[in-house]
Amino acid sequence: MKQEEDFDANLAGEDGTEAESKTSWFKRIKKGITTSTADKKETPEGLWTKCPECNYICTVTELRELLFVCPKCNHHHRIGSEEYFDILFDKNYFDILFENIRSKDFLGFTDLKPYSLRLQDSWKKTDITDSIRIGSGKVNALPLVIACMDFEFIGGSLGSVMGERISRAVDHCLEHKTPLMIICKSGGARMMESAFSLMQLAKVSGKLSQLTDACIPYISLLTDPSFGGISASFGMLGDLNIAEPGALIGFAGPRIIKETIKKDLPAGFQRSEFLLEHGFLDFIVDRKEMKEKLTKVLTLFKN
Amino acid sequence: MPENKNRQFLDFERPIKELFDEIEKLKQIAEKTKLDNSNYIAQLEGQVLEKRREITAALTSWQKVQLSRHPDRPYTLKYIQKITSNFIELHGDRNVKDDKAMVGGFAQIEGETVMMIGQQKGINTKMRQLRNFGMANPEGYRKALRLMKLAEKFNKPIITLIDTPGAYPGLEAEERGQGEAIARNIYEMIRLKVPVICVIIGEGASGGALGIGVGDRVVMLQNTWYTVISPESCSSILWRSWDQKEKAAEQLRLTSDNMLRFGLIDAIVPEPIGGAHWDYTEAADLLKQYLMPTLKELKQQSPEYRKQQRIEKFGKMGFWDEVTVQQQQPNNNI
Ligand SMILES: [Zn+2]
Repeated sequence: MKQEEDFDANLAGEDGTEAESKTSWFKRIKKGITTSTADKKETPEGLWTKCPECNYICTVTELRELLFVCPKCNHHHRIGSEEYFDILFDKNYFDILFENIRSKDFLGFTDLKPYSLRLQDSWKKTDITDSIRIGSGKVNALPLVIACMDFEFIGGSLGSVMGERISRAVDHCLEHKTPLMIICKSGGARMMESAFSLMQLAKVSGKLSQLTDACIPYISLLTDPSFGGISASFGMLGDLNIAEPGALIGFAGPRIIKETIKKDLPAGFQRSEFLLEHGFLDFIVDRKEMKEKLTKVLTLFKN
Repeated sequence: MPENKNRQFLDFERPIKELFDEIEKLKQIAEKTKLDNSNYIAQLEGQVLEKRREITAALTSWQKVQLSRHPDRPYTLKYIQKITSNFIELHGDRNVKDDKAMVGGFAQIEGETVMMIGQQKGINTKMRQLRNFGMANPEGYRKALRLMKLAEKFNKPIITLIDTPGAYPGLEAEERGQGEAIARNIYEMIRLKVPVICVIIGEGASGGALGIGVGDRVVMLQNTWYTVISPESCSSILWRSWDQKEKAAEQLRLTSDNMLRFGLIDAIVPEPIGGAHWDYTEAADLLKQYLMPTLKELKQQSPEYRKQQRIEKFGKMGFWDEVTVQQQQPNNNI
């Protein structure tokens, strides 16, 4: 039987083995962006990237211009908040909100490593403060708050900080009458926060209910991957639920389902196209057309 | 409730079984010899109660998880039968099918109509299959929501009884939108105009539990657990092995006393000494003693107030630090 990708290792705060091809690829891109010119000379191989789907090879710079979409097979590479904000906000100009809210190890949770250490490691390894960033800016002159997840921070896991940052983003939207978009990219719950992470589903749903009452649009953009608590709450509660092509989206992870039903999963199972076909998405949008389509939608909501 | 001779025992309940065996032996002797040893039997029966108390006083987190899964433990329909009258079960989600893992319907508690909803586990091998081990599919959550909306229409309070190892992780479940079904329920439950009381009566596993678990009051029976993942799955993901479930249970702080201390639930409902499986009637009475005054209290609040309170209550949940970061300039590196 073929191996299914799962995000368990990422959720545990480690780099996965099965998910290796995609995550390491993504990090190399990140490194290409953040390292200085001197470093680049030392690691020239990091600037060349290979598409995990079709093996097409090109430079990071080239790929960046293509919005990290493979020119040969249209594979949408996993990118983070930095790239999405750059793609969507006018002139890459935006305010980052609520960065002062940080995770802490309230429960003293220890698995193979204490949660507090995992947090320290993630802060050191990445240049982000948690698994979601809130950006407020304009999309073709239309105001929008975007809450965008970062998979590289403990698998984009849903913990108290994600819940609180989204909640405050909602308050910000209520105050300024601004639409909200959440860009989902997460393996699921942050288990080290136990029941507190579960309760974020109810917490955020309650806040979304306030957006409904204020007639403020909320768009959920699902990207690869969006699993567990994400799909069992705000990921599926958009006025519009949309997705990038080929993204894996579901409640239970493919590995768990396979173990339960003891059969191989059909091709395309839990991909965006599968969800569209079964009626759970409004449409699928190519990253290259995302900004224009978003503008259209925001205009239609407005008028 | 099983007769004493048919009871099943968990490992840590063995000392009770030994007492039972001894009592049984004495009874047989009395039968044969026609000698009166009832004093001695009564003494042993007293010891049984003491043993039950002793054992539950010193349970580990994992043992509490085991107790919540005790094969003799009462399930949703048992509580409904014991607490309510005139229960009429309502079926189906009006869309796909009738999910046997989720049951519900109108009933009366002391003359007042309420909507009772809950996951249902099977009481024997055949029924466990039929009930899918209490793991609902999307249609189960949609049936639950349909019944909640029905209750709302007729202004009847809702009581949900939660007992699930999780929402079913199946192929069809994904096709029919397991995530969406649970998400919709969570969202709609926050907005319900009628009082909602949610009770964890056994296992409270993750989204599968929360899918019928958002209310004005969320409470746990004493020997139950509630958290984001089962200890077994948590062990397999974070410890990369299935063998660390005891540790995972400990670390997850999933017991009722922890959940109350964290402010994630509103109350703990006591169980009979040794656990709900020792006396179904007493377990149901103890739950009813919590439900009656709580229903009365909630009914005095306005629908709008209740909704606000729910949003506020869940809105406070979570822990984080607020650090001072230097005022960030807007990102303007074009
Ligand atoms: Zn490609």
